[in-house]
Amino acid sequence: MTEETLTKEGLKTQEYFVNMGPQHPSTHGVLRLMLELDGEIIKKVIPHIGYVHRSIEKMCEKDSYRQIVHITDRMDYLSNHMNNEAVCLLVENALEIEVSDRVKVIRTIMSELTRLSSHQLWWGVMGMDLGALTTFLYGFRDREMINDIFEETCGARLTMNYNTPGGLMFDIHPNFQRRVKEFVAHFKTKLPEYDALLSDNVIFRNRTEGIGVLSKEDAISFGVTGPTGRASGFSNDIRKHKPYSAYDRVEFKEILMETGDTFSRYKARILEMWESLSIIEQLIDNIPEGEIQSPAVKAVIKLPKGEFYQSVETARGELGVYVVSDGTKNPYRVKFRSPGFSNLFVLNHLAQGYKIADLVAMMSTIDLVIPDIDR
Amino acid sequence: MSAVATYFKDIFQGLKTLLTGMKITGYYFSHARKEIITQQYPENRDTLKMFDRFRGRVVMPHDENNEHACTGCSSCELACPNGSIEIMWERIVDPETGKKKKIIDKHVYHHSMCTLCNLCIIACPTDAIKMEQTFEHATFDRKELTMILNKPGSKVRKDVEE
Amino acid sequence: MYNFSALTQSIHQYLSEAMSPLGAKITEMAIIGLVLIAFVALSVMGLVYIERKVAAFFQLRVGPNRVGKWGLLQTLADFLKLLMKEHIMARNADKFLFNLAPFLIVTAAFLAIGAVPFGLGLQAFDINIGVFYISAVSSIGVLGILIGGWAGNNKYSLIGALRSGAQVISYEISAILSLLTIVVLAGDLQLSAIIESQRDGWWVFKGHIPVLISFVIFLIAGTAETNRGPFDMAEAESELTAGFHTEYSGIKFAMFFLAEYVNLFIIAAVGATVFLGGWMPLHIGHWQAFNHIMDYIPSIVWFFLKTGGIIGIIMWFKWTFPRLRIDQLLVLEWKYLLPINLVNLLVVAFITLMGWHF
Ligand code: SF4
Ligand code: SF4
Repeated sequence: MTEETLTKEGLKTQEYFVNMGPQHPSTHGVLRLMLELDGEIIKKVIPHIGYVHRSIEKMCEKDSYRQIVHITDRMDYLSNHMNNEAVCLLVENALEIEVSDRVKVIRTIMSELTRLSSHQLWWGVMGMDLGALTTFLYGFRDREMINDIFEETCGARLTMNYNTPGGLMFDIHPNFQRRVKEFVAHFKTKLPEYDALLSDNVIFRNRTEGIGVLSKEDAISFGVTGPTGRASGFSNDIRKHKPYSAYDRVEFKEILMETGDTFSRYKARILEMWESLSIIEQLIDNIPEGEIQSPAVKAVIKLPKGEFYQSVETARGELGVYVVSDGTKNPYRVKFRSPGFSNLFVLNHLAQGYKIADLVAMMSTIDLVIPDIDR
Repeated sequence: MSAVATYFKDIFQGLKTLLTGMKITGYYFSHARKEIITQQYPENRDTLKMFDRFRGRVVMPHDENNEHACTGCSSCELACPNGSIEIMWERIVDPETGKKKKIIDKHVYHHSMCTLCNLCIIACPTDAIKMEQTFEHATFDRKELTMILNKPGSKVRKDVEE
Repeated sequence: MYNFSALTQSIHQYLSEAMSPLGAKITEMAIIGLVLIAFVALSVMGLVYIERKVAAFFQLRVGPNRVGKWGLLQTLADFLKLLMKEHIMARNADKFLFNLAPFLIVTAAFLAIGAVPFGLGLQAFDINIGVFYISAVSSIGVLGILIGGWAGNNKYSLIGALRSGAQVISYEISAILSLLTIVVLAGDLQLSAIIESQRDGWWVFKGHIPVLISFVIFLIAGTAETNRGPFDMAEAESELTAGFHTEYSGIKFAMFFLAEYVNLFIIAAVGATVFLGGWMPLHIGHWQAFNHIMDYIPSIVWFFLKTGGIIGIIMWFKWTFPRLRIDQLLVLEWKYLLPINLVNLLVVAFITLMGWHF
């Protein structure tokens, strides 16, 4: 407990702690935030993490490179495909293997679909955090179509494990292109509804505009990446800066906002959905022919001795995979630089002086996925 | 004057945005019959079909002569990240050639430890195992989740190369 | 149109013959009490069911559909479940106040429902200051919320309770002021007199734009007073887990739940009575034939149709809008609703003075 102080009127007053989480409706998982409050005003946010720590990095040390891929599904489960891709790209780069164009294009489409589904879920949950319970189901309705596409082609809805070092596990399903086109057409009519329900709503505007402003300098020094960082004007899109897969052959804008408040973080994601749709549209009709699995990758993969790093842009920001190899079939050390971890710790900086309700909105727009933070 | 004007403009614009939101939810409310997206699960069990690539659990298909394609090579065991497959093999003398040969005794599969990652299926050189599209796997006893995939008395198919 | 006072009179007659006046009085009170309790229990179950179905349709779901036909018995099942649940109390909770709060909140709801006119001649307690009485007793409920939030010894519920206190006190003003516009027009506080004054048309139609404005304000303030979304500050599920009733379980929680829906019903009923003519059928000026046809629909049906309509709108609010923040909520009241309301009241007074209304 903090010390008692006297107000102007001579009343005793005291700041107090509230535990938000590990079981709390708006932490979306087992995150515990200790809030130091003065009335309803937040003085300090102390995040306590580790409730879903599964030592994924350590587990990777006993796994072969093929097996590592499937564990990464379980880190940021909403960017599962990008996580897979990061490990696969790392192995391919280390072995200096070029995958076919077909693989590259399919990976890109899959990544963008994953990004869309992640943002859809985030949108639904964001509305729910602010009390508009109906948005949740609308977000899920559209996400369901993507999940069906994944299920048909990859065989699973969440832990897809579709990428393998050197290619893909299967070719795309014959229905894939038709379904994706159907989805794009459908979602283009639904995105304006998202705007009408939340983005333009006066209550929502008042709840988000000017709240939790993150300056560009702070975004850079906290290492805040992804839409959260880009909303503050910090240009950090790996897809632009270090293009991988087929991102160098598509046209898209890096969404950069200026204000860095909760609303611009929100808006950045909505605009990003439009960009993802346009990327998918550019690629879906011209998937080149080519082999699905590069024959140059052997059954047992051994990376050369050395250190390797690969980063990709997940739905939450920059995911970096760092591998130290000693030349055997298992890595010596693996480190994941997960976007959620860096983004979480900006919360204390953002939330000071705001109310509990604002903290919930901020947490929502930082888009935390707890298994990604804890790994 | 301008302050008063903005005051009223705020009110009307706010009301307008609120009404647009209500229009959308109102549309879904009045078209609920058409737009409902949820399924009535146990009732639609018969019609509910998973996609053919759906990964439910690992099975080993047997043909009508109770023969399968598994040679007991242990590739799947090695490929599995979770140790959910245990291959128990024997060495027998092939009656035709007289050479020593490795055959499968028990292909033990722990469904409870399986993450359905498909790596074993890919690794199998003879395509002896595949994914089944079932999805109701809950049991009352954890032991039931450990299965022996090759049926009792089954043999390896003749044409399968080791 | 069937007058229910015939029925009540005959019961009164029968009882007076059978026993002494005092006995008759007591029996009548007991009957009314039982009828009201039964009505409240049934209507709350119905409301909860309707709310869940409505929410489901807004959200593209089917809603409860397992227990009974179309899930009709779902709320009954939930109620039985709540009855059987364990009572849990935090160690340092104030036992007396903790147990008192749910009763207080339910009592307030019951006090108010007695004065609601359900149909022609179907009103338990037609007091001559009806509007004032209902506003007065329904604000006792907030005492229950404050006490419940404080006694549970939980910081979340304390925050919720304090928010609720600030909110209900502010919005009470708006609700009463908007009701006052009609009181000015009708020239009476008695609910039956207000209904009678709408014999040739409901006030929303007769009263020009000012009454329309006060009707909208009443809807907003009423939603806020019942602690429902987008004004569910006191519960604010995503911020305070469950707000003031975080620590309550079992039947005590059910009481809060019950009171919430009774309050919703009362607000809608008062709104329907004051603005939409209560049980009064839709009458348009001098269209005698039309008015006659409308009279064939029983008064109680009119009342429930109107009340149901208002409840529907309030539910529509809840399932569409995000929640406000507590300070914005107060800004909305003190900066927007209250000044508009005061000006509106003046305008209405002027209209009444000049006799410009229909
Ligand atoms: S699917 Fe994956 S986890 Fe399951 S048995 Fe095969 S390799 Fe092991
Ligand atoms: S299932 Fe396939 S990989 Fe596994 S032991 Fe049999 S033949 Fe080998």
